[in-house]
Amino acid sequence: MIRRLVGGLGELLITAGALVLLFVAWQLWWTDVVAERDQERIVQALADDFASGGTGLPPEVADAYPDLDEDAAFAIVRVPRFGEDYARPVIEGTGRPVLELGVGHYDGSADPGEVGNFAIAGHRTTYGRPFHTIDALREGDRVIIETRPEVFVYEIESSEIVRPWETQVIQPVPDDPGAAPEEALITMTSCHPKYSATHRYVTHGRLVETVPREQWRLEDWNDVTGPRVSPEA
Amino acid sequence: MYAALWRALPGPAWFKAIEALVLLAAVVVVLFQWVFPAVADSLPFNDNTVG
Repeated sequence: MIRRLVGGLGELLITAGALVLLFVAWQLWWTDVVAERDQERIVQALADDFASGGTGLPPEVADAYPDLDEDAAFAIVRVPRFGEDYARPVIEGTGRPVLELGVGHYDGSADPGEVGNFAIAGHRTTYGRPFHTIDALREGDRVIIETRPEVFVYEIESSEIVRPWETQVIQPVPDDPGAAPEEALITMTSCHPKYSATHRYVTHGRLVETVPREQWRLEDWNDVTGPRVSPEA
Repeated sequence: MYAALWRALPGPAWFKAIEALVLLAAVVVVLFQWVFPAVADSLPFNDNTVG
């Protein structure tokens, strides 16, 4: 009787251990597999949409993602430092379902190119980890926000590490709450350190160029000084 | 628990092994598709936003 109880308990403990290991594998590996595929698909749909003059995402893509409201995915972010082909969708809102499908645009923050602060958040690890190498961004690095009518080129100016509640970093004038904005800025947030949520890595930049879609050529803006650092590697 | 499951599976040993693998695969699919995403939503280490 005792032997059977102890044996059963042992099996339960082994099962629990296997479940935890399986969860870690799912979180660290499988979410990347799924999210990279999803994000690539949405970027492709956006790129096709922008190129064809804009009629919205094709129904088969929109229907595949119930968490994606109509027109919720509205831009493509490209970061030459992260790789020549690096491209992720930008989606309205910063809820969990949104951040699993791309980079999220903080509600109420400025639109791309608008005076104020265009603030976006992305995963540092897991779920396709779009901002895995955010700490590789240097002053002068470009962040390109491609929308249907126009493409906005920002240049990185500074980075800081803050606690999660320090919302002043996404204010219209970062770190100066209440100040009236006079410039178009960008702020990117992600968690820090990697695999932790105790802090946030925050990078700020400034709009340097607005290019109408007809004149946009990615190759004119895609170079970097020094090595590219892919978030996927 | 697992011994009882083994005895409950029909067929010869080699067939039981295949059945056990199929069951295991089904459990992994259910975990990956539904259970783990639900659990991850209530864990804090995936937050990337301020506020």
